[in-house]
Amino acid sequence: MNSPAIEADGLKKTFGKVTALDGLSFQAPAGSVLGLLGPNGSGKTTTVSILSTSLRPDAGRAAVRGLDVVAEAPAVREVIGFAGQFAAVDPNLTGRENLTLIGRLSRVGRKQARTRADELLDAFGLGAAAGRLVRTYSGGMRRRLDVAAALLHNPPVLFLDEPTTGLDPESRFGLWDSVRALARAGTTVLLTTQYLEEADALADQVVIIDSGRVADVGTPAQLKARVGTVVFSLGFGSAVAAEAAVKVLAEAGYQPDRAGAGIQVRSDSGSGALPRVLRALDGLVPDPVSVAVREPTLDDVFLTLTSSAAGPMSRGGKAA
Amino acid sequence: MSTIAFASGQSAAPRRTMPARVTAAFWDTADVAGRNLRTLLRTPQALVFATIQPVIFVLLFRYAFGGAIHVPGVDYVDYLMPGIFAQTVCFGAIGTAVGLSADLRSGILIRFRTLPMARIAVLGGRTLADLARNLLVVTVMIGVGFAAGFRSPDGAAGVLAALGLTLAFAYAISWGFAALGLRVSDPEAAQAAGVPVMFLLVFTSSAFVPLASMPGWLQAISAHQPVNALVSAERALILGGPALHDALVSLAWTAGILLAFGALAARSYARMNR
Repeated sequence: MNSPAIEADGLKKTFGKVTALDGLSFQAPAGSVLGLLGPNGSGKTTTVSILSTSLRPDAGRAAVRGLDVVAEAPAVREVIGFAGQFAAVDPNLTGRENLTLIGRLSRVGRKQARTRADELLDAFGLGAAAGRLVRTYSGGMRRRLDVAAALLHNPPVLFLDEPTTGLDPESRFGLWDSVRALARAGTTVLLTTQYLEEADALADQVVIIDSGRVADVGTPAQLKARVGTVVFSLGFGSAVAAEAAVKVLAEAGYQPDRAGAGIQVRSDSGSGALPRVLRALDGLVPDPVSVAVREPTLDDVFLTLTSSAAGPMSRGGKAA
Repeated sequence: MSTIAFASGQSAAPRRTMPARVTAAFWDTADVAGRNLRTLLRTPQALVFATIQPVIFVLLFRYAFGGAIHVPGVDYVDYLMPGIFAQTVCFGAIGTAVGLSADLRSGILIRFRTLPMARIAVLGGRTLADLARNLLVVTVMIGVGFAAGFRSPDGAAGVLAALGLTLAFAYAISWGFAALGLRVSDPEAAQAAGVPVMFLLVFTSSAFVPLASMPGWLQAISAHQPVNALVSAERALILGGPALHDALVSLAWTAGILLAFGALAARSYARMNR
């Protein structure tokens, strides 16, 4: 029997008049890393809260390793680790005291809690700071400690809610390495993120959510193939010129989007396509005042999802 | 419609026996209380501020207002100190709401809710640590009172019994503030909501002035409120005289408050997942 490690089926949740989740369904196979990608307010945190038993869904079901997160919540808590959006560690305890406390409360035994705490402090590069009060830690150190705190009882399933939001690049890459190491060791990881780049770097499977529903599902490669590999940003002196450029490019077979006096053009053949784009415009519209080439972001993903009527991503929730 | 087959609990944890669960809940509570106390000792300024206010009240009422307050047959400082003890723990109990809402805001409470720990330990550990804090502050107040001339006519036994009643009462109202702390959005709101209630209860009691000096309608209310019952019982124990009736009335209030607010706080905690 090879049931998924995490499964959500038709989850619904409203807070007052706000619908946070509107029939969300997805699965994560055991041992995989699932990226839950979406903008602020799309329902990521609500989803993770329900899966980690701190919130009850209004409708729908969810299970972790086959255990129902509502009916069997105490059993679920024994097999999950959870690190929330804000580093939930006590600033007035040392790093070691924080982990030892969580270890004991995770029921690993007093002695084992201490051993495990020291192991994790070393593994997360906090060994030297273990005896310091957490209020003296940097944001990155707190975040690492917070993730370490989710691992005291070696949970086979780990939930990380925006684990790198607000971190500097170095701390972010360090955390990515930790997640990869956990995945290699067989831990099923569900992580939420606002960054396409992060989902791309870590996830085997990405679920894009928007307004509490699944907007698209796929591997990072599949998603990027849909969005394009690069985005050209062309700036024009005026919105009129930009609008004219949009028309010209659309006639030439591109799918440009305009924002003010700037336009965005996606390319799935790398930055080499830029000369062709510029040639298509040459002589028909004023020359662009600025040209930039950048990687696609979550915004681009959503633009693609909402602008293309065809494809497997239309009508959220029924993705392959 | 996509349907997902839910395999039933293949790795369900073994059911614990009742005594094992009680033991585990005890240790979880002790761990959480230990964490809260450690936090308290590492933010000594909070402890200092918790002590300064009652000290100021002792000084104010002993030296500034006391001369104008005449209580027949007793030194005002001896009359005052039982009131100060009650006031100290009543305002101290607001700390339960402040601490819990701070844990709620920082996300620590959410983490606790995802751990396989006993549910009761979060509130039990918090109220227990706050009881210890109240004990500490009240002990300081005895010293301050002594320096200001407080001499218990009935000896140490009376004072200890009075402090026992006071701390039991403080523990009970801590559960009320636990319920409050879980329902307000931030620590400042918890503080702001708690202070007026305690202010009203303490100052309409006989903590600082005899009820006889109040208008009749107020006396009627004051004579039947819990802080007044506590102060009356403390005073009877400290000043000597028949104390059993007052002590029982105060204990009844304490038990009632503990049951009602304990249930309310437990319910608030259980409903946090909605």
